[in-house]
Amino acid sequence: MVSFARGFCRLKFTKAPWSFEVHCSVGSELFVRHKQISAFTSVVRCHGEYSKLLSCYSLLTHGQRRHNSEIPEVDRVKKDPRYDRTLRDARFSKLSNQDLVEFKKIVGDSSVLTEAFELEAANRDWLGKYVGTSQALLRPRTTQQVSEILSYCNTRRLAVVPQGGNTGLVGGSVPVFDEVILSLGAMDNIISFDEGNGILVCEAGCILEKLDSFLAEKGYMMPLDFGAKGSCQIGGNISTNAGGIHLLRYGSLRANILGLEIVLANGQVIDSLRSLRKDNTGYDMKQIFIGAEGTLGVVTKVSILTPARLSSRNVVFLGCKYFTDCQRALKEARSNLGEILSAFEFLDRKALDMVLSHSDGLRDPLPDSKHSFYLLVETTGSCFNHDREKLDNFLEICMDKGVVADGVVAQDNQQFRSFWQLREGITEALSKAGAVYKYDLSIPVPYMYNIVENLQHRLGDLAVVMGYGHLGDGNLHLNISAPRYDSKIFSLIEPFVYEWTASHKGSVSAEHGLGFMKADAIYYSKSPEMVQWMTRFKQMFDCNGILNPYKVLPGSSFKEGSRYRNVSNSS
Amino acid sequence: MKILVSVKRVIDYAVKIRVKPDKTGVETANVKMSMNPFCEIALEEALRVKESGAASEVVIVSMGNEKCTEVLRTGLAMGADRGIHVATERPLYPLAVAKLLQALVRKEEPGLLLLGKQAIDDDCNQTGQMVAGFLNWPQGTFASKVKVDKSENCVHVEREIDGGLESLRLQLPAVITTDLRLNQPRYATLPNIMKAKKKPIAKVTPEELQVEITEDFDILEVVEPDKRKAGVMLSSVDELLDKLKNEAHVL
Repeated sequence: MVSFARGFCRLKFTKAPWSFEVHCSVGSELFVRHKQISAFTSVVRCHGEYSKLLSCYSLLTHGQRRHNSEIPEVDRVKKDPRYDRTLRDARFSKLSNQDLVEFKKIVGDSSVLTEAFELEAANRDWLGKYVGTSQALLRPRTTQQVSEILSYCNTRRLAVVPQGGNTGLVGGSVPVFDEVILSLGAMDNIISFDEGNGILVCEAGCILEKLDSFLAEKGYMMPLDFGAKGSCQIGGNISTNAGGIHLLRYGSLRANILGLEIVLANGQVIDSLRSLRKDNTGYDMKQIFIGAEGTLGVVTKVSILTPARLSSRNVVFLGCKYFTDCQRALKEARSNLGEILSAFEFLDRKALDMVLSHSDGLRDPLPDSKHSFYLLVETTGSCFNHDREKLDNFLEICMDKGVVADGVVAQDNQQFRSFWQLREGITEALSKAGAVYKYDLSIPVPYMYNIVENLQHRLGDLAVVMGYGHLGDGNLHLNISAPRYDSKIFSLIEPFVYEWTASHKGSVSAEHGLGFMKADAIYYSKSPEMVQWMTRFKQMFDCNGILNPYKVLPGSSFKEGSRYRNVSNSS
Repeated sequence: MKILVSVKRVIDYAVKIRVKPDKTGVETANVKMSMNPFCEIALEEALRVKESGAASEVVIVSMGNEKCTEVLRTGLAMGADRGIHVATERPLYPLAVAKLLQALVRKEEPGLLLLGKQAIDDDCNQTGQMVAGFLNWPQGTFASKVKVDKSENCVHVEREIDGGLESLRLQLPAVITTDLRLNQPRYATLPNIMKAKKKPIAKVTPEELQVEITEDFDILEVVEPDKRKAGVMLSSVDELLDKLKNEAHVL
C-alpha cells in the first residue's frame, strides 16, 4: 500500500511473519518500522535520497505520484480575494540555480528540497485555502545554518517564509508567491530541562505534543494546548503567540516564555535564551518577536516555563438554553471552582452537529435533550477529593439556579478525551464539510454571540454560521461553512465581520494572528499610529523586507520607498 | 427479577502503568482510578435489561477498601438502584471474589449475575466462570449480545468465537460475562449524579458473609516489560533495500 498524502509517503508491507511500515516525511527522513507479531524489533532511519526512495517504491507498489507545480490562480482568488490585490514584490530576486548551490553548501544536499511533490505540502496550508509556488524548501539543523541562510537571502534579496508545523489558519506559514521555505522541523532537539523549576530549553522545531510527552515523564506539562498539538511546533506557537484551551489557567506565552534565540534577517543571532523568571535589564526584546509571525526574525531556540502536571482532572459537558446562561455559568465557575478551573469552552448546537456528523466514533453526550449551547468545563488540581467536592458544589449551584439544563461528568480518562474531541474536532470537521470561512475574534463576552446570530441572518440559507471558542478568554471562533467558496458569500461576510468587531471594541484576531488573510484588516483593531510604529519595527529588524512578506502588515504600508511613510490614510 | 452486577475499581485504562521501585506491584498512589471498562459494559447491559422491562432492580457490588465506594457512586449515577460494598483491606483474587459473590447471590437471590469478562489490571478472566461453577448456574461468557426472554425465563446470549458467532440459550438464573462490543456505556448525567447521592450503599464484610479469604499464591516480583530496542541508522537507500531483502525478506 502506498499513499502520498500531505507530503508523506506511507508504505505498508505485509508478509507473514513480518509486516513493515515505511514513513517518509517531506524532510527527507525515512522511518522504517518493522514488527514481528507484536513486538517492535527495530526502527531503521535513513537520511537522504528521499526522491530516489520514492520513485523506487512507487515503482514497486505501482503507486501514483502526484505533481502539482501550478497554482490555479482563479481558484485561490476565490478562496481569498486578497490574492487579487497582492502583487509579487518586484524587489525580490528570483531563485537561481546558483542559489541552490549556495544553499546546499550551507545545509547539505539532502536538506534542500526542490521537487514539486516534495514541496507540495509545504506550499499549501492544511485547509488547502492558501497556496504558493515556492521552488525550494530548506531544512537547517542548526542556528548557524539558519543564520547563514538568512544572511545569504538578505544579500541576494530572496524572500523567505519561515515554516513550523504549517497548522496556521490565516495563511501565515505558506509562501504567497515563490518565497524560499525555511522549515524548522529538523531543529527538534530538547536542550535542557530544569526539574526543580520546570524550565525547558529546546529548539524551535520541537512538536508541541512531543514536548508535552517529554514533560509528562518529569511530572510537568506544556502551558499551552490545542487541537493541532500533534503537528504544530513550539517555534510557530511562539511566532503566532498561540493561545489555546489552557490560556485561562496558565496565561499567554508572553508570560511563560523566559528567553528566545532569534536569527534576524541579516543573519545576526540574538541570544536572549535565559532561564530567569525575573530580568528587568532594559527593554524586553523577546516580546516583540512573540506573535510577530516570523516577519521580524526567526525563532530558533526557546526557554519556556512549564507548570507541574497535576493528577486530579475533571471534565464536564453541560447543556445551556441561552448564551446568557453560559455567562452565568462562567461566573459561577470562577467563584466556585476558583484556582482549579483550567478550561471553560463553549460551542453552539450547530458546531456540535458539525463535529458529530464528520467524526467517527463520537456521540452526543446528551442525546435525550437538545440544547442551544454546550459548555466544556475542566478542572485540574492536586487533590481528587477536594476538586470533586468543589465541582459537585459548582454543578449543584448551576442546576439549582437553572443556569445549566443538563450535563454529564466524565468518569474516566476515555470519557475526558471523548468530551474534548467534541470541542477540538470542530476545526477538522469543518474542513471536511466543504468551504469554510474562519474568524477568530476577541469580543466582550456579553455581545460575543450576537455576531453569530447577525451573520446567520445576513447569510440566510447560503451558509451555516456557527460559534465556539474560549468563553473564559472572551475569544469567539466564528466559522461559516458553505458548500463552496463563493464571492457572494464572501461579500456578505467581509467587511461586515470586521466592522462589527471594531464597533464593539473587539479584536479581529484573538489568537490566530493576521497572516496573509487579515493583514489588511489590522486597522480594525490598531490605530494608524500604532501600525506606523509597527512598520518602523519591521524596517529596523528587516530592512529589505525579506522575512515573511505580504503578511501581518497591510500591503500599502510596506512597499518600496515607504520608509517612515505616513500610513494613516490607507484604511 | 433482580440483576446483580459486580464492578471493580482499577487504574484508569489511559494511565501509563509504572512498576514500584521495590518490584512488589504497580504504583497506585496518586493515580487516576476508574471503573473497569468491562464492568461498565456489564452495568450498562443490566440497565438496558431493566429499561426493557425484563428486570426490576439493578444492584451493584464492589469489593475492597473504602475507595470502592467511588466506583459504586459512579455506577449509581449511571442508574443502578443500590450498591453493596464488601469491605476488606486484604488483596482479593478471583477465587476469593467468586466465593464472596456466591455468598452475596445466596443473600440477594438475583435472577442474573452480570460481570465483565475480565479486569484490565490483572487480566485474569476467571471470576465469572468460577462463580458459575460454585453456583452451578449456566454461564454465557464473552457475551456480545444479550436478550432476556421473560416469558420463557431464559436469556439468549451471543458470543464472538473464532470464525463466527455462537448463540446460547441459558435458563435463568445464569451468569453472563460481557465482551467489549456488547454495548457503549452511557455517561453519568447531572440529575442522576445528584440522585445517586441519596441511593443506599450497604456495607458488609467477608466475615459477615462467612467467606474466609485465603491467599493461594505469593507475588514474587512485578517487573516492567523489556524496553523497545533502539533503531538502526542507515546511510543509504541501497543499504535499506538490502536489509529489506536479505534480513526481513519482504522484497
